[in-house]
Parts: sequence; structure tokens; C-alpha cells
Amino acid sequence: MAETSVQAAHHAAPQGFIRKYLFSVDHKVIGIQYLTLSMVAAFVGMALSWAMRLHLAYPDFRIPLLGWLSPNGAPNGVMTPEYYLSLMTMHGTIMAFFVLTAAPFAGFGNFLLPIQVGAADMAFPRLNMTSFWVTFVGFLLAAATFFIPDGPPLSGWTAYAPLSAVGSVAGPGQGLGQTLWVFSIALFCIASLLGALNFIVTTLDLRTKGLTLSRLPLSTWAWFIDAWVSLLAFAVLLPCGLLLALDRLGGTSFFIPGGLVFNDQLQPHSGGSPLLFQHLFWFFGHPEVYIIILPAFGIVSHIFPTFIRKPLVGGWKVITFAEIAVGTLSFVVWGHHMFVSGMSPFMAMVFSVPTLFITIPSVIAVLVWVFSLYGSNLRFDTPMLYSLGFVSLFITGGIGGFFLAQPSTDSYLHATSFVVGHFHFTMGLSAIFATFAGFYYWYPKMFGRMMNEKLGKLHFWLSFVGVYCVFMTLHLTGFAGSVRRYSAFVDDFMIPLMPAQRFMTISALLLGASQFIFLFNAIWSRFKGPKAADNPWGATTLEWDTTSPPPFDNFGGRQLTVYHGPMEYHGEASVMQTSPAASVAGT
Amino acid sequence: MVGKIFAVVVALVTLVTAYCVITHVWWMPVDISAHGPKIDHQIEETILVAGLLFIAGQIVLASFVFLYGGARGKPKQIPGGAKPLVIFAFVLVGTEILALSFIGSKAWGAVYFAAPDPSSMPIDVQAGQFAYYFRYPGLDGKFGALHPEMINEGTQNYFGIDPEHDPDAKDDIVTAEMAIPVNQPILLTLHSKDVGHSFYVRELRVQQDFVPGLDIPIHFTATQTGRYEIVCTQLCGLGHYNMKAYLSVLSQADFDDWLKKQAAMQ
Repeated sequence: MAETSVQAAHHAAPQGFIRKYLFSVDHKVIGIQYLTLSMVAAFVGMALSWAMRLHLAYPDFRIPLLGWLSPNGAPNGVMTPEYYLSLMTMHGTIMAFFVLTAAPFAGFGNFLLPIQVGAADMAFPRLNMTSFWVTFVGFLLAAATFFIPDGPPLSGWTAYAPLSAVGSVAGPGQGLGQTLWVFSIALFCIASLLGALNFIVTTLDLRTKGLTLSRLPLSTWAWFIDAWVSLLAFAVLLPCGLLLALDRLGGTSFFIPGGLVFNDQLQPHSGGSPLLFQHLFWFFGHPEVYIIILPAFGIVSHIFPTFIRKPLVGGWKVITFAEIAVGTLSFVVWGHHMFVSGMSPFMAMVFSVPTLFITIPSVIAVLVWVFSLYGSNLRFDTPMLYSLGFVSLFITGGIGGFFLAQPSTDSYLHATSFVVGHFHFTMGLSAIFATFAGFYYWYPKMFGRMMNEKLGKLHFWLSFVGVYCVFMTLHLTGFAGSVRRYSAFVDDFMIPLMPAQRFMTISALLLGASQFIFLFNAIWSRFKGPKAADNPWGATTLEWDTTSPPPFDNFGGRQLTVYHGPMEYHGEASVMQTSPAASVAGT
Repeated sequence: MVGKIFAVVVALVTLVTAYCVITHVWWMPVDISAHGPKIDHQIEETILVAGLLFIAGQIVLASFVFLYGGARGKPKQIPGGAKPLVIFAFVLVGTEILALSFIGSKAWGAVYFAAPDPSSMPIDVQAGQFAYYFRYPGLDGKFGALHPEMINEGTQNYFGIDPEHDPDAKDDIVTAEMAIPVNQPILLTLHSKDVGHSFYVRELRVQQDFVPGLDIPIHFTATQTGRYEIVCTQLCGLGHYNMKAYLSVLSQADFDDWLKKQAAMQ
């Protein structure tokens, strides 16, 4: 059955520029398009964080170009409080959706999942192209908010109602900017739903002969699990966004209660519930952090065996079942974002327990990675360094979770910079590190050239130390009660923390600057890097069983048969999944 | 070499972090509430439990990287395979989690499951972009009803009360600062007139959101006199960073004087 499906998905290589590179149905082109979009988005998001950090530590500093970008928002380059919140909102939106959700899942998944299952393309190539272009339009809508008179919205990436629902009476950016934001997110939801369906069907139906689920590469497993989580989570965010749009444009009151007064004017709404918005948002929002981190689990689990030259301890089962447990539990923990929201305090306990329990599969995953290093032939190519860095960051991030999972400790730390430090570690930078690991690892396959190792390692060290300097300090200042989402520090508590703020700003600038080493490496190696062999890392999965880069139909018309699992490593020796030779690792 | 550098960097980061937490480089301000010690205790318990996991995790990672970096022998798996790891995760982490949940639920329950003391002094709080107002019921002990349509900043009717027609509202005392007597149980009712806000007093170990459309009760007892900041921690718009008020915890006599003065200014 799998064979006929591969045949069905086959289509001829396009010739013209537009069909080949722009509106391509080739999953590899679409994967690179996603990655490129994410990289542009990441640099935009990073520039926003630079502007915010500069403003926090040096409030009078005139930020070059900012005054030009927004004469109202940043007169002479010094941003207003509302513009700070706009930049913060867009930083969160761009990073969470267009970088962290897009790159590790849609970017690498599109390029690699069909190859790793031995297919010629995704199950629905045109739907796949649609997903990307819908995401792209979503990004344009988000970016457009910078160029409208009122500027981007200021309600944060969480867009809590009624601030996000009542329109421009709630402040600058809450008019057209917030409307564009809602439609941007709605488009992103549609694209993610289509993408998730495509991933699920491709994994189930297009696997080549012999590729049983137990022989699936660990990255494919993670994308497959992730697709299910995406499907269920974005299916809730989409209606949530549409209801918000109706409140804003259609005069409904889903999220707006009666009796609201702005500028002494009673608002014409009644009966809505702001807590309903929070429940709907976080029903998506918490699985979302796992949508971001599960592909990272997969990428790192896929890279580890190549560079430790042996299978992960526990084989494919332990890590995969841990991922399935994390994905499943992720749907019953959302209320931990709402401990102090006015939700029933009894519900706080109900949400606290699964939130703590989700630690168990996460700890199992960490133990698998760490204890797989035991007795290994550990190599330090840049992809592996980033994978090791990921493990360290994920441990640190996970630890912060203990404090925020308990309502009693959260009631002090909620909305402090501790939370900001926590989520940047756990899902922000962990996922970014895994994305870098994947990028350095698969770059030779994608572009047929190797990236520069020295620059790669330099990039790693600066990033790794930089992340700790910025985000560990955020944790620590959170203990002192430093409140997040403040555009200036005017109260008694925050002023003494200014030296810490300056330290974080300088660290963040250096951390950001070191990303240009990566950018340079990625662009320079594309043209000047040494030519990559088909299998430069001595790996075993199907993507290494074809040319670098692969031909249009991935395997040049070959029908592959798989005989082994993905982790057949034993020191220098390894066996390709397609090799009929005997197993070396016993899995 | 790379592995040894990695191990040293991870170890250093771990030590510096542990040092900062243990020596309280940045730390919680002194607690002034009756329930606060339970929360502080829970934070310390969590630091102990999570801190040990943090140090153990990072150090084991660093050690293996240090030991096996560049090794070229015959690779082997950890004796026993994954089973002990899974059992370890379930038993040790599971126990820690149950312990934290159990002790933590007491700390949480002490604040949120307990009914307010019957002798609690009621105070209404109205939050709006970007200020707090406080309302004391006056001598009759009753708050006047709220009429949102009557809210008018120009006439300083921040709550929307109707003292002309509502006898309960006549002696309501509305203030821009909050004062309470020390050791007196307080019952706050939080209203918001526009968007979400929050009531955060670090020293009281109290953080509670205002949700428009809901009247949210919260109770506490302050045990030390002094002047403390109330800050907003729920993103409410452009003035969010500057939305604050002061809480004065006074002796009963000072509080009575203060309230009299406020009543005279209505």
C-alpha cells in the first residue's frame, strides 16, 4: 500500500523560475522557504528585543532608525511607553509564531519528513504550498502593523480581552493594529492546521517499504506527534481569534462584559467573559509551548546518536513515549497560566498537579539524553554542541517550572521577570538551540555545502554564555519582584535593579551580535563552503541515502526498502536504514 | 578539548547561579503578612528540591561530556539501560512532586480556601487605566451600590456611586491611597472598570488580577506597619508601568485618624 502512495504523490519537476522557487509544490523548497521566513522573522524579533532592552537600561538613549520607523512611537529615537509595549507585543508574536512554531516544525519538517519516510513529496503538495503562502501573508499582516499610523497593538502576544477586544478606546495600537494582528494569527492557524494534516497523512501513508513505525527516525516521530498537538491546539485558537474579531468588528460581546467604562463612557457591551478568552487562549497557548519544543526533542534525539556513535539509551521507545506523554498532558495544564486570574482557587490545584506531573516525561527525556552520553564516542561537531547546549538550557528552563507550577509560589512570581526568564529558557532558546543544531546538521543536505566549523563553534560559545547572562539574570531579578512588561522602571523596587538591567542589556546586545556570525556563515557557506558529501556525518537515516541536495523526487526514482531502525551505530561502524547488511547495534 | 571547555562552562554557570540564589543577591523583600511565611517556606522548599535537580542535572551532563568527549573505544550503554532512569524519574521526581503539591496546597489553601475572618474590614478597590481607588464603607458599614454609567473622573466619582439617592453610599469614603490597621484582617473586593489589572504587593505576598465583570474577593492580614507599593502586574495599556498606589499599614489609632481625615475630605 505504501508503494502505491509514493507513486501517487510523484509529479514532474517544474522548469520555470516561479514554479521552481516561488510557488513551488516541492516540499524541499517549501521547507527552505519556511526556514528563510523564520530567519528573517528571527532577526526582526531580535532587533525589537534590542530596542526594548536598550530602552529599559538606558531610557534616554536615542535608538538609530527607530525615530525614522515611527516618528510618533519613538520621537527622535526615544520610544514612548505605548511603543515599547507595541514592540514587546510584536516581539512575542513574531518569535512565538513565525520563528519558534515555524522553523523547527514547518521548516525542517517539510524539508526532511518526506525524505525520512522515503517519499517523493508530502501527501498533499499543493496544500503544502498553500500552508506556506498563507503563513507568509500572515507574517505580512503582522509586519504591516509597523507602518500604519496607530502602530502595532500593545496587548502582548496573549492579547487578553477586553484590552484586545474593545477597540481603540483601550489605547493606541488597539484599533487597526490589533485587527490586523487578529487576522494575522487566524491565517497562521489555518496554515498550521493544513500543515499538521499534511504531516500526519504523509507519516501514516507514504512510508516506504519496511519503514515500520518502530523504524521511524526520531525526528519524524516528533514531527508526527507535534502535528497531532498542532491540529488540536490551533483548532481552538482559530475560533478564539474569530470570536475576538467579531467582538471587535461585529458588535458581539463574547469576551466583553457589561458595565465597562472608558473615558467616562459606558461601553455598549454586555454578558461576555474575559476569563473565557483566557481559557480559550491558554487551551491553545500551553500546548503551543510543546508544539514548539517537541520538534526540538526530535531534532536533538535524531542528532545525538550520530555524534555519540550509539543508539539512545532505551532505543526509540522511551524517548518517543515520553514525547507522546508530554504531548497528551500538554492539554490538561493550561490553567497554570491563570492561577491569579480570578479562576476558582480549587481549579488552581486541579491544574497544578498535571503541570507538576508533566515534569516526569520531560525528566525521562533529559535522562535519556544525558545518560546516552555515558560510554559514548562523543564528537563535538557544531550540531552536537548545539544539542548539548539544548540539554543544558532545557534543564535550567524546566527547573523554573517547579516554581510556576504551584499556585502558592506562582502567586508571588507570576508576572515577574522570573516567568520571562523561564519561558525563554524552556521553549524559546531551547527550541532555538535545537533549530541551530538542525541547521548546522542538515545544511549540507539542503545546500550541498558544509558550513564553517570554526565560525559555528564561535557562534555556539557566544550564544551559550550570552543566554545564561541574560535569562538567568531575569530569573534572579524576578525573585526581587521585578515586574515584566514595564516600559520604564519608576517604582521603588525596580530602580535598585538598574545595574542588573544594564548587565542584561549589554549581554543581550552581544548575544544578538553573535547571531550575525551565524548569518554570515549561512550565506558565505552557501557559495564558498566545501562541497558536502552525500553523508558527511556518517549517519544512517534516509536523508543521507541520497545526493546533497536531493533531486526533485528525492531519490532519483529509486524505490527504497528499509531494513533497520534509525540508530544503527556502533562506534565508527554504522548501518544505513536501507542496507540489507546485518544490524550492528541490535535494534 | 571542546568537551572539557563545555564541562567547565556548564559547571561555572551552575555554581554562579547557585551562589546568587543561596546568597540572595536579588531577593524577596521582607514579608509583612500573616500568610506570607507559608509562601516563603514553599519557595524555599522548591528552591531546595528544584535546586538539587538543577545542580545534579547540569553536573552529570558536564561530567559525561568531560569524560567521554573524543573517546574512540567500543561504545557501551549505561548498565541496566533505560529502566532505572524511568524508575528514577517516576519515583524520585514523582515523590518530590507529590510532596510539593501536598505542602504547597496548604500554603495556597491558607490564603484561598479559608473563609475571610468574620471581623475582616471590607475595602473595595476599583482599578481603571491607570489608577487604583479605594472605598471604605463609612460608619454604616455598608457600601453603596455601583452604577457604572455614573463613573465620572471629572466629578471624582470613580466608583459610580449615587450618594444623593442611595443612603448606603452617603458616607462611603473614597481614597487614592490605601491604609489599613496593622494586625487587622482585611477583605478586599476587586473591581475593574475597563480592562484587566492586578493588585500586587510584594511584601504582602499577594498578587491577584482584576477581571472586568467579576468582583474578586481576597483577604489578608498585615503584621508590620510601614508604607508599601501596590503595583499593576496585568498588562493594561500604555500607562501600565506607572500604575501604582501606596498601601500604608498603620497602628489602629493612626488609622482611625487617617480615616477621619479622609471622611472630612469627601
